[in-house]
Amino acid sequence: MPRYFTDEHEWIEVDGDTATVGITDYAQGQLGDIVFVELPQPGTQVAKGKDAAVVESVKAASDVYAPITGEVTEANGALEDDPALVNSAPEDGGWFFKLTISDPSELEGLMDAAAYKSFCDGL
Amino acid sequence: MRYLPLTDTDRSAMLAKIGAADIDALFADVPAEARLSGPIEGLPLHQSEMAVERHMRALAKKNLAAADAAFFCGAGAYRHHIPASVDHIIQRGEFLTAYTPYQPEIAQGTLQMLFEFQTQVARLYGCAVANASMYDGSTAAWEAVAMASRVTRRRRAVLSGALHPHYVETIRTMAKFTGDEIADALPTIQGSPDITGLIDRIDDQTSCVVVQYPDILGRLTDLAAIAEAAHAKGALLIAVNTEPVALGAIKSPGELGADIVVGEGQALGVGLQFGGPYLGLFAVRDPKHVRQMPGRLCGETVDAEGKRGFVLTLSTREQHIRREKATSNICTNSGLCALAFSVHLTLLGEEGLRRLAAENHRLACLAADRLARVPGVLVLNDSFFNEFTVMLGQDARDVVRRLTDKHILAGVSLGRLYPAHDALHEGLVVAVTETTSEEDIETLASALEEVLA
Repeated sequence: MPRYFTDEHEWIEVDGDTATVGITDYAQGQLGDIVFVELPQPGTQVAKGKDAAVVESVKAASDVYAPITGEVTEANGALEDDPALVNSAPEDGGWFFKLTISDPSELEGLMDAAAYKSFCDGL
Repeated sequence: MRYLPLTDTDRSAMLAKIGAADIDALFADVPAEARLSGPIEGLPLHQSEMAVERHMRALAKKNLAAADAAFFCGAGAYRHHIPASVDHIIQRGEFLTAYTPYQPEIAQGTLQMLFEFQTQVARLYGCAVANASMYDGSTAAWEAVAMASRVTRRRRAVLSGALHPHYVETIRTMAKFTGDEIADALPTIQGSPDITGLIDRIDDQTSCVVVQYPDILGRLTDLAAIAEAAHAKGALLIAVNTEPVALGAIKSPGELGADIVVGEGQALGVGLQFGGPYLGLFAVRDPKHVRQMPGRLCGETVDAEGKRGFVLTLSTREQHIRREKATSNICTNSGLCALAFSVHLTLLGEEGLRRLAAENHRLACLAADRLARVPGVLVLNDSFFNEFTVMLGQDARDVVRRLTDKHILAGVSLGRLYPAHDALHEGLVVAVTETTSEEDIETLASALEEVLA
């Protein structure tokens, strides 16, 4: 399944009409120990580039932005009990939420894995 | 920052920026009659320090102070005896500060004291976690309403009719800017609070039910029944307490199922002090709600060498880190008042608090029994702690004024609390604490007999 990346360090994996969103390994490394994640309720409308979740580490609280516009269908309940999953499995079990894809063309401006890697290398 | 006085140009630039015509426009919310319109009467513009002191002392003598009268005023602020040792201890250098520190870990004395304070508040309220305090009881009540909106994702707060009207006003003022719907009501003049009426107002859009305990008329309510009804609709119960000494005698709101417990801590350690600064108390029963709490929170931990130490914890909720998404714009606490509260309560201890509460209640019972024998007086309450309401059969404000001339401060009239509601004007809220002597009670009762005759 195709996976895209944003310059705000979110990843989005597309599966038909829906997609899964999380933060990248690079992002979790920068944030340090994650202690809390605030997720959107299913049914919430999120807009591309607008804040959709909050991730809290021991030193800061940061917004997580929606890579594309859509409606949240599911939030990762596992993060409530074990927010450290974002550190240990950021691009797998530490996903944040799933959403419907309102406009597939919004995916076009995002980076693929290779482009994101060179983006991070340049930081 | 330059420590230089502002020029007129600086001032005009700042006023222009915020769209105010002049400095006086910033005080528009203070009623005109409460503002000083010119020089102080009888005081020339140039006068020696001693002459000014003499003049001000003469002006102050026009007041009738609590300690100079038979005193029965309560309704949210209570006169208690504060041991002299409280004032001595709070001035020690390890403690003395008005705030939580911004570089907190170097101030271990302050943090340890706040940790003890939080522990005391949590135990008093029957809750899991208390914060390091808020500005006062009314702002703490608003913060609880705002927190309930965050937790339930609903925006309709149902206030009990017997919630202190000043607290209602504070909640309404803040809700103007957040869009929360505030459903309030007037108190019912009955021996017991109208629980059924309150429960009927809870619906599935209700974020919280706010109930004062004991209430503005001094009555005790069945919090457990209200908690059950609120929880059945998915709403939180917020209990408001204005007299912490009562909790030495009655069950704590947390034990009875309140989700958020807030209140005024002034009665312990702080004194009346012309109405402020006071001390807001804030606690939550269920630790899972702690991230939605407002305010500063002190925690116990260990340092790199395993030694016990204290930190400010969960700061990511707060404005200096979370900015506009913070749980509250409060980034401080009432440090000195919290210290005085904590020292006073420590000196009392659990047993001392229970004895103090018992003495308050004993004297209040004496007063209620004595006043009930005054012709024309009806004691309203079926239950009370140290405060109850009497109905006088005439406007209580006039009675209060006439008793003031006899150096008796007889209580807080409902006309003063609810000026727009004539139906309540015959009520007088009478508070009795350990500072009230049996002679004071007799003085009030016999003066009331004369005035009502």
